[in-house]
Amino acid sequence: MFDAFSNALAFGLLALDPSSRTGAAVQFFIMDVAKIFVLLFVVIYAMGLLRALVAPERVREFVRGRPDWQARGLAVSLGAVTPFCSCSSVPLFIGFVEAGIPLGVTFSFLIASPMINEVAAVILVGILGWKLAALYVVAGLVVAWFGGIVMQRFRPERWVEDYVWQIQVGKADLPKPDTSFAGRHRYALAEVREIVGRIWTWVLVGIGVGALFHGFVPADWVSENLGGDSWYTVPAAVVLGIPLYSNATGVIPVAEAMLGKGVAVGTTLALMMSVAALSLPELLILRKVIQWQALALFAGVLAVAFTLVGWGFNAIV
Amino acid sequence: MKQIKVLGSGCRNCEITANVIAQAAKDAGVEVRIEKVTDIAEIMVYGVMSTPGVVVDDKVVHAGGIPGPDQVRAWVRE
Repeated sequence: MFDAFSNALAFGLLALDPSSRTGAAVQFFIMDVAKIFVLLFVVIYAMGLLRALVAPERVREFVRGRPDWQARGLAVSLGAVTPFCSCSSVPLFIGFVEAGIPLGVTFSFLIASPMINEVAAVILVGILGWKLAALYVVAGLVVAWFGGIVMQRFRPERWVEDYVWQIQVGKADLPKPDTSFAGRHRYALAEVREIVGRIWTWVLVGIGVGALFHGFVPADWVSENLGGDSWYTVPAAVVLGIPLYSNATGVIPVAEAMLGKGVAVGTTLALMMSVAALSLPELLILRKVIQWQALALFAGVLAVAFTLVGWGFNAIV
Repeated sequence: MKQIKVLGSGCRNCEITANVIAQAAKDAGVEVRIEKVTDIAEIMVYGVMSTPGVVVDDKVVHAGGIPGPDQVRAWVRE
């Protein structure tokens, strides 16, 4: 359906040549804009109806006071279903610390949350197929789990800013959600507006980059240089992803174009994870609560983890 | 007069939320005092972790995201 629509628009209405580079790029762009935005609206609305999106205040209540492995399991899995705005990472961090949740568990949550969410997962299935979607989600959960454990080993408590320990968190007496159908519908629409409003620019930029890659990067060059034979392409992808930032959904079209041209699976996954989970602006926001040593360590642990994931998949596939 | 606080450390959504509330109060002809709370310690006292949060007369009525127009109208009127 999306194929026919984008073909008609690109090659019919705009009269572009299907074999030209511009033609290929424009067709890719139209198809992905249609497909991804339709999926976004549908998935977020459906999740909103089910109220499947969990608020961080509730995550804190679930996780606090549990033994380490349970707390980490919950933090990782709830991180994956919590829509997370980086502007909330500071209050979230303080809230977790105040609840006595170990820092390693908090880091597990901070890794899982931007990297995996159910909206991105469904769109991954729609664009790249369920196998790659499963690879991405499982690899992300594993990295979040062990990344938090490694962070804990370095005793990051010593790097938390002093004032954080002093803050008293009140008990949020949030209004009870309206569970009638009309209430759920209103809530779902508000979620669509809020989340799409926050991420649409990332998604459009991602589709644009994917379209340029699809149209203008020659497949021969890709298979020669990025086919997965040389060890350094994976760390290079991770390093490239650090200054680049996009939402987890925004990197999907880029990955689609890369895989289509024959970039190795591990290299692509490493770039996706690095772009979604490791970003300088986000790290700098956390500087308000932890010192730079902890930030550097956090970035280092993630970079190593993504590199290992990339190498692993390149070796297997 | 109703006291409304918008909790958030100065992100764009917090600005929008404060403006939406001010506009709704003006439309309803209700006088309200809107205060933007940007100090993180003060925000946390309300137990709000996802910003922007909204506090009406010292009661948390909203956390996370820009509130919908019906919600805002209800806050300024009731």
